[in-house]
Amino acid sequence: MTDSVSTLDARSAPPARVGRPRFRWTFLGVVPFFAFATLFLVIPTSYLFIGSFKDSTGAWTVQNYVNLSGPVTSNAYLTSIEISLVTAVLGGILGFLLSYAVIAGGLPVRIRTGIFTFSGVASNFAGVPLALAFIFTIGRTGFITVFLTNVLGWDIYGSGFTIYSKLGLEIVYLYFQLPLMVLIIAPAIDGLRKEWREASENAGASTWQYWRHIALPILMPSLLGATILLFGNAFGAQATAFALTGGFINLVTILIGGQLSGDVLGDQNLGYALAMGMVAIMGVTILAYSWLARRAERWQR
Amino acid sequence: MSYLTLTGIKKRFPGGTVAVQDFNLSMEQGEFVSFLGPSGCGKTTTLRMIAGFEQPTAGTVVLDGADITDKPPNRRNVGMVFQSYALFPNMTVAANIGFGLKVRRRDKAFIAARTTELLDLIGLPDKADRYPWQMSGGQQQRVALARALAFEPQVLLLDEPLSALDAKIRISLRAEIRAIQRKLGITTVYVTHDQEEALSLSDRIVVMSEGWIEQIGTPFDIYNFPKTPFVARFVGTLNVLNARVVDATAGRLDVGGQEIRATGAVDAPTGSSVSVALRPEILAMGDGGPDDLRLRGTIEEVTFLGAVVRIRVKLPGDAGVASVDTFNNPHLAVPARDSAVTFSFPAEACLVLDVAGRDAVAAAATAI
Amino acid sequence: MTTSANVLHGDRDLQADVPDRRPRRRGQRKTVASWIFLILCVAYFALPLVGTLIFSLRAKPMLSAWTDMINDPQVWSTLAYSFVIGIFTIVISLLLLVPTAFWVRLRLPRLRPVVEFVTLLPFVIPPIVLVFGLISTFSRPPLPLTGTSLGSDVLLVCAYVVLSFPYMYRAVDSGLRTIDIRTLTEASQSLGAGWFTILFRVILPNLRVAILSGAFLTLAIVVGEFTIANFLARPMFATYLQQISGNLAYQPAAVALMSFAITWAAMGVIALIGRGSQTEIEVTGAH
Ligand SMILES: Nc1ncnc2c1ncn2[C@@H]1O[C@H](COP(=O)(O)OP(=O)(O)OP(=O)(O)O)[C@@H](O)[C@H]1O
Ligand SMILES: [Mg+2]
Repeated sequence: MTDSVSTLDARSAPPARVGRPRFRWTFLGVVPFFAFATLFLVIPTSYLFIGSFKDSTGAWTVQNYVNLSGPVTSNAYLTSIEISLVTAVLGGILGFLLSYAVIAGGLPVRIRTGIFTFSGVASNFAGVPLALAFIFTIGRTGFITVFLTNVLGWDIYGSGFTIYSKLGLEIVYLYFQLPLMVLIIAPAIDGLRKEWREASENAGASTWQYWRHIALPILMPSLLGATILLFGNAFGAQATAFALTGGFINLVTILIGGQLSGDVLGDQNLGYALAMGMVAIMGVTILAYSWLARRAERWQR
Repeated sequence: MSYLTLTGIKKRFPGGTVAVQDFNLSMEQGEFVSFLGPSGCGKTTTLRMIAGFEQPTAGTVVLDGADITDKPPNRRNVGMVFQSYALFPNMTVAANIGFGLKVRRRDKAFIAARTTELLDLIGLPDKADRYPWQMSGGQQQRVALARALAFEPQVLLLDEPLSALDAKIRISLRAEIRAIQRKLGITTVYVTHDQEEALSLSDRIVVMSEGWIEQIGTPFDIYNFPKTPFVARFVGTLNVLNARVVDATAGRLDVGGQEIRATGAVDAPTGSSVSVALRPEILAMGDGGPDDLRLRGTIEEVTFLGAVVRIRVKLPGDAGVASVDTFNNPHLAVPARDSAVTFSFPAEACLVLDVAGRDAVAAAATAI
Repeated sequence: MTTSANVLHGDRDLQADVPDRRPRRRGQRKTVASWIFLILCVAYFALPLVGTLIFSLRAKPMLSAWTDMINDPQVWSTLAYSFVIGIFTIVISLLLLVPTAFWVRLRLPRLRPVVEFVTLLPFVIPPIVLVFGLISTFSRPPLPLTGTSLGSDVLLVCAYVVLSFPYMYRAVDSGLRTIDIRTLTEASQSLGAGWFTILFRVILPNLRVAILSGAFLTLAIVVGEFTIANFLARPMFATYLQQISGNLAYQPAAVALMSFAITWAAMGVIALIGRGSQTEIEVTGAH
């Protein structure tokens, strides 16, 4: 790093005119960044990528990707996708409603600031402590469970619910999905101009017609984009699920973790393919997101 | 019989700001009325009360015999054009224009026909499938106009529709708006803080200041016979000189040590201070005719404005500076700065304004 | 032209105040609905915290979960360790990204999409895949870092630096956008400043808000991070919490709440820093 600073320092002469070989030097300024990214991001990923196309003897193959359709791995993908989809859609809708309520719902400004700060906290409050908090609250001896059993006579664990299940995990994920949605969608809601509503009222539209024909279509790219981002957020999460279920739920991230610590698949290269499949899904997610974000931006000028 | 009547309208915002005070106006069908006034004087607020976006604190709005004061905006049938266009970004030009008809559940063929008709009217027949962000500001504002007209509103409201556009387009588009308005015969309220716009477009002008109506009148009246010092000063360029009344009944005034004589009596006590207001275009360099009044001073500044050359003449004492507009003439030498000059004007052109300002006294003009 | 100052308005003060009409009740239903929805959401967010607090108070004697936590040296040593790792992460991340973002904006605008793409890669490569790749790569020659504790620490910090790329770069870059670095740089150059002076005396102080908020976000994320720390077997705060959650009864509840409080404090600081500044502030990273 110091290299780059001294490189910059060395160029402290007044800007060179045409003819001096300054072109080559300017690139030195970004070398540390690219070197670091290559070493700790590109090479490790490439290692997995290349490994995913080899078999145990080192020969090239695509068999690992074919093997992803095996029961354990395909089930992991399906469960991961299902949980991510459910929490993204639910978190998306609820987060949008909350964001809209605090921005345009006639609530005091202090509430708005409070909710946004809290959303910053909650969207970063994932992992072990979050899982524990839910276990302490609606785990088998959590106070809500006890309250429901003792006061309302409703034993939720007796009727089949458990926080260590897929449903439980979804409830926990909402704790960071919803606030993340609040934060992502807020600029889009802010971008809904008051004049659009007035122009539509002026043309004779009802509130419903305004939402149906104007507000929702304008928000749609942002809403879809944000939901997709939420999907990716849940899809890549490992710590919360691990801490909550101790690794007993079959998610892609949990399976990769198992593979990493104990070769649960019994096939190193299948593990690489599993990870790469995940990267591919995340890649598609981000591409879709940035395409939608660009569309949204075009309208919000 | 008046078509749109505002009676005793007042608006106080929750914060305590009183934006409009005792606003009374009645408009004929097909009339084009402008609200003119400086920023923050309550023009937009009044317009928004006609559209129904703001609820008056007191007073009534009557449109074609029906009291619409409590009607929600989407049931009023009043078309509005916003300063910032406010086109729906997710809809094409055609869909924007047809929106009012669509929410009224008119059939598709009718909407299509009406949209085409309006696109022709605003001179953009080939832009039906464009999106707002693909159009220039002037084009967007035309579409906004068409959108506001599509559902055949009883009244058209325009809130500074041209202020976001550059000067050239502003002038051509305002003529176009007026032509369309004439053609459709639609009753129109036009908000602006540009006096030239108001003067050139309107049948009548409402001059406002700090929430009050200063004067309602035709552009001719407003310009030539301002009723209050504010109107005199706000509409057109005005030279306001300090003067002292020498003899009230004879109309004799002292301006920087020089005596002039207004036609008729001055409604202010002898010895009091008054203001003399003179339009720059009425002043002429030189001694003028035998009956004209004259003032002497030194040239402080000469400004070329193109067709017009504006000469600022400093009068002696604390009388002030007068701007004299002369037509540019390439064959005449421009007077040098600091040279002593005389300018002249007809006696009846001089408006004497009471400094205390209760009621302006148009000494000569009203007397004629 | 003189303006006579005292031309006043007429007898307006005599105008009697008309009694105010009752304001229309429009939008009130919406406000009520907003309140109800808000309260439901707040309940959902508050219940797990309340539940954890209640759970921590069930320990006998009454506050023993909390006193145990305070007296547990490992809580503090892992917390301190997490903070140190966090600070290393912040410093390296800033040293990498600030000059890069500055230089790209000033001299290499064509490279911007590439740099942006690289900084967004951690969104595509989740922590679990990143640590998988890092362990696979660095557990063998030529760079067998996972073999030693120091090597693992280096790997941990580097992984966190990568994780911080997306929001740190965006924070710095939007900070640079708001201050118009080209003009600032040219002005400094015209006054005879060298690149070092420009970067450290002119640009950095103007990026304070962006850098500080990015730093506190990084701190919050690093202190709470579990996945990478766990697989690199580092004694971080979150891994310790996970560890005791299996064998201690009530103390983990107290520690979990403290972890929440730390995140909250970091966000509070960010909100404080950002107040009255036009810099866009990043408030969330990847999980
Ligand atoms: N929603 C509001 N709440 C409180 N005060 C307001 C509101 N809208 C306008 N005002 C105040 O009412 C006064 C009149 O505002 P209005 O928008 O009608 O002015 P205007 O004549 O249209 O000015 P401009 O030429 O700048 O558009 C101003 O003092 C303004 O600050
Ligand atoms: Mg206005």
